[in-house]
Amino acid sequence: MSARWIMVLLPMLPLVAAIGAFAFPRAARSIGSATSLALVPLAGILASMVWRGGELAQFVGGWAAPLGIQLRADGVAVLLLLMVSVVGMLISIYARGYFGPSRASAAGSEARHFWPLWLFLLASLNVLFLSRDAFNLYVALELNGLSAVALVALAGGRAALGSALRYLFVSLTGSLLYLLGVALLYGGYGTVDLVLLAERTTSEPHSWVALALMTGGLMMKSALFPAHFWLPPAHSSAPAPVSAALSALVVKAGFYVLLRLWFEVFGGVVSFEAAQLMGFLGAAAVLWGSLQALIQERLKLLVAYSTVAQLGYLFLLFPLAIGSSQQGMLWTGGLMFLLSHAAAKAAMFLAAGSIQRAAGHDRIRDLDGITHALPVSAFTIGLAGISLVGLPPSAGFIGKWLLLGSSLEQDQWWWVVVILGGSLLAAAYMIRLLSHAFTRTRDTKALHPISWGMEWSAFALALLSFGLGFAASAPARLLENVVLGGSGP
Amino acid sequence: MTDAPNATFLLAGAALFALGLRGIFAGVTPLRQIIAVNVMGNGVFLVFITLAARVAGGRPDPVPQAMVLTGIVVAVCATGLALTLAVRHRQEQNERSGTSPP
Repeated sequence: MSARWIMVLLPMLPLVAAIGAFAFPRAARSIGSATSLALVPLAGILASMVWRGGELAQFVGGWAAPLGIQLRADGVAVLLLLMVSVVGMLISIYARGYFGPSRASAAGSEARHFWPLWLFLLASLNVLFLSRDAFNLYVALELNGLSAVALVALAGGRAALGSALRYLFVSLTGSLLYLLGVALLYGGYGTVDLVLLAERTTSEPHSWVALALMTGGLMMKSALFPAHFWLPPAHSSAPAPVSAALSALVVKAGFYVLLRLWFEVFGGVVSFEAAQLMGFLGAAAVLWGSLQALIQERLKLLVAYSTVAQLGYLFLLFPLAIGSSQQGMLWTGGLMFLLSHAAAKAAMFLAAGSIQRAAGHDRIRDLDGITHALPVSAFTIGLAGISLVGLPPSAGFIGKWLLLGSSLEQDQWWWVVVILGGSLLAAAYMIRLLSHAFTRTRDTKALHPISWGMEWSAFALALLSFGLGFAASAPARLLENVVLGGSGP
Repeated sequence: MTDAPNATFLLAGAALFALGLRGIFAGVTPLRQIIAVNVMGNGVFLVFITLAARVAGGRPDPVPQAMVLTGIVVAVCATGLALTLAVRHRQEQNERSGTSPP
């Protein structure tokens, strides 16, 4: 199969399948599972092509820029596509059990609507990672936001609907800020193609305003402190597979567009001070999110605040990458961190969902004895926690290690304090959680049975986030010919 | 790109955008926020259309117009979703407080 076809199929297959799953609700479960299974080899083949031959590019329908829309796959894009397909497949396996046939009568509409919306979400992520056109990225962001909001609302009930509504307003405000920036860019440079823009942008007031607007909008979408307020209620009130998809995959979409803008398009425009500001917001997110996670009473809220904190680390890439002589190492570290967080966070939310389903609640205080009843889920949380804290040899450790190395190399010691402090706080909230979970009790509580697939798909994700550390050289090789930053074509 | 964009329209677009932004954050009721999002969106569309009129020879540039059309479609979908969520949220609130839905 040629690269052209794969780049078109990656977004089109889930899109068509979503419509199919919507039209034939009885077959939705099979369509959803088969599609997310099929996306893994597609992303894998594309990754191996980029591995061997470098960046791939094509214009959809043969229309060249500025009129046509460009799809491009480079090292960063294929790594994220692989992340979406592999994590997505395991979430689908979990969702088969979670929205299983036994639940069909009780929560029929929840199960019926999950699959089409989930497939729309996968399509929007795939098209986002392949797009190199500012306006096409806007459409992908909107499709992503709308399907994510609808997925949050699936749970029904006052809390879920309220947080879905708030999430929708934040998401729409963010995309309109971004769109105004796109308008200014088109007005100033006559194109929205990122590759052409990279050649044309200069340090002028309208490019600063455009970058500021787009950055503000994307910060809201990726829940960077202080625009994180919508994330914990939205992520914790959704059904477990949705929480996992939102925390692991969706928040990365805004961050990805930010990376492209800051280091590819505006490489020569962004200043040291602006990048430091992004870093400080990231640092505030690390500390605030971790402290909040430490005081949460409910497991799903703890995991959600941990997402706020972990996203903060990603924004430390901005001050470190500006003026770094070893950008390759830094990108490897940042993406290792991003990928391991995706797998670990999905694992934690899925395991938390199993515990909630089995015990009927997710109060951390009352989780004693859960290790005995659900050993696999408890072990999943422990293993994913190790990766989130960043203990060796997990992938989280390698990510943090490379960030630390880069901070020291550039004499920006203040980030070292943040990274180490954040890790200590993460260790504290994980230990608090595990100490409750691993307490033994004699009274065996009545637990709902959890399907085999639910427990083991979460475990596979935890294992993945842990094991990525052993395969760190593969992403590094994929990123070798990535020229994010400091390089016009 | 001979003429400068019409400053009046650009400023009007920016003003609509700012008004909408204020309306969303003021957040009195969901309906008001939904209208605010639409006002904000129209501000962006006005900026796009003003920039499209900038091309030499008096012929407007079709690309921003295509973008505005796409933007309108997205805005309609988002408004529909927001209205549905707001109505359902209101119904849940009424059920909880024991009053019958309007």
